[in-house]
Amino acid sequence: MMIEFPPGWIIIIGALLIPITQGLLRQAVLVALPVLALTLIWTLPDNALWQTSFLEYTLSPLDFSTVGKLFATIFSLMVLVGGIYAMRTASTLELSAAFLYAGSAIGVTSSGDLISVFIYWELMAIGSTAVIWAGATSSAYKASMRYLFMHLFGGVILMAGILWHIHETGSTEFTALELAGPAQWLILIGFLVNAGAPPFSAWIADAYPEASPSGSVFLSAFTTKTAVFTLLIAFPGTSVLIPIGCFMIFYGIIYALLENDARRILSYSIVNQVGFMITGIGIGTEMALNGAAAHAFAHIVYKALLLMTAGAVLYRTGKRRCSDLGGLFHSMPITTLYGIIGALAISSFPFTSGFVSKSMISSSAAYEHITWVWFLLAAASAGVFLHAGVKYPWFVFFQKDSGLRPEESPKNMQFAMFIFAFLCIALGVFPQPLYDLLPYPVDYEPYTADHLVTQFQLLLFAGLAFFLLLPMMKRTETISLDFDWFYRKLGTKLVTGFGRKVYAVYAKQEQAFVNTLKSLVTHVYDTHKNKPKGSVARMWPIETMVFWVAILLCGYLIVYYI
Amino acid sequence: MNEPEKHWLMRPASISLLWKVFIAILVLTVLSELLIHKHEHFGIDGTFGFSAWYGFVTCAAMVVGAKVLGYLLKRGEDYYDD
Repeated sequence: MMIEFPPGWIIIIGALLIPITQGLLRQAVLVALPVLALTLIWTLPDNALWQTSFLEYTLSPLDFSTVGKLFATIFSLMVLVGGIYAMRTASTLELSAAFLYAGSAIGVTSSGDLISVFIYWELMAIGSTAVIWAGATSSAYKASMRYLFMHLFGGVILMAGILWHIHETGSTEFTALELAGPAQWLILIGFLVNAGAPPFSAWIADAYPEASPSGSVFLSAFTTKTAVFTLLIAFPGTSVLIPIGCFMIFYGIIYALLENDARRILSYSIVNQVGFMITGIGIGTEMALNGAAAHAFAHIVYKALLLMTAGAVLYRTGKRRCSDLGGLFHSMPITTLYGIIGALAISSFPFTSGFVSKSMISSSAAYEHITWVWFLLAAASAGVFLHAGVKYPWFVFFQKDSGLRPEESPKNMQFAMFIFAFLCIALGVFPQPLYDLLPYPVDYEPYTADHLVTQFQLLLFAGLAFFLLLPMMKRTETISLDFDWFYRKLGTKLVTGFGRKVYAVYAKQEQAFVNTLKSLVTHVYDTHKNKPKGSVARMWPIETMVFWVAILLCGYLIVYYI
Repeated sequence: MNEPEKHWLMRPASISLLWKVFIAILVLTVLSELLIHKHEHFGIDGTFGFSAWYGFVTCAAMVVGAKVLGYLLKRGEDYYDD
């Protein structure tokens, strides 16, 4: 008999096994569990369904859609390769948290009802926060707290939406929703917060780069892509997503161009790439939805690869800022090569995975004749080459010689990077296996002469613009203001300002009270001579005692008769 | 003792050679358009060399735009530290 249960649970069990294992046994756990999960995903019968009830609602923790399987596959693959990358350097907390985080993300992909989605959603927030914590610096701790608040905030909005929706329709089913009223809008906003949509995009570049070298690799894959998955299921063809996606695309490019921290550049480019997917979901044709799903798959691979190279550099040099790096190709040629492959893939360079996935989204804009979107997407494709395709490898591995000659990356990191670099090229050259996994039949040929020539022109001339305008992109040791200014600066100022005012009033009252007490005491007690004075001093101590006892007894009598 | 020789990529001669090769490739990608049939969806995208100048101009615009926004948005790295 076939065992049918949610594959995500295998990974979540891993989160419990990691703390009690070590050495080889732990490495075996890190590799075996994701492989087991992958096997389960692909051996489950198509109609596998596991339902249970909670209060009066039916929960379906195992109800895979085609697109759910696609996301579960890439998430499991990501845990596998991420685990290999992290196994020698990451702390127990980080690995365990990463498994809880990834397992919950896989849980979302197999969920057939909104309540299960929500439960996994919150587990992901906890797991990912702990991954940032494991960065073990004070800035990582602070960033993780801002990150947690943002996700609890998004979670509350999502929960309100889900409850409202269930109350309104009586259905818990996780399926395409109409934006009919506030309930569905709240669900949409809850999903969008996790996707990094405006105005809440800043949390990605704020939190991810503070994690450990391997931590940010895990983080890059799950939260935003789970949000893309839920949007694909619940809001395909919702046209408001088109402008939101386009905004994210250019937000990512501009902020990445301004940024100096290598891992923050890559974080901004996550927003940029998710923007492409969200635009595709908004366009909503079969081809656009296929494109969004394929792009999520390809993106997880090359983004993880890029962050792995940046993580290896950070691990070997302890440096993250472009202004401190440069010339690393001398001593880290293999990492450099993998970085270039990742950079080409993110830029949709022909014969890489990005080319066969992203072009489906822009082609669907062309077929639908959504003119302004097509022109924006074309400009954005060039812009990706600018901010990630050339800028990242150039400033980290080439540009000026920083004189740093770090050792090449550790072997396990190299192996993880090799797998993903191989996938970037393999999917680009042989896209068919990926196309076969997509939710709709694919009738699309990426490699036409026309498409190749225009893409080469677009990218290479973008490269020309980069090198000609290089003097304008001199690195400055700065950060860029974003929407998070409102809660990191203005909010703090308001709260501390208000707090100071309240305290001033309190302090004044306290002082007045203390002064009254003092004057009372000095009135009846001489501190210099250390004895009572005034009317109290007229009696012997024993008389004073009798006097006060009499007063107390009188008081007692009065209270008794009342 | 001789100074260690510079890496091939860092020598001025090789950099100028790389530029020449790069420009030759750019010219080739534009000229190859003569050999293929272009599909157009919006009119202007079918004109000769559209992707080339569009890629260049939009990127230049993004770099300049980012530079200008940078004056407004950039702050020191310790801006949020108390």
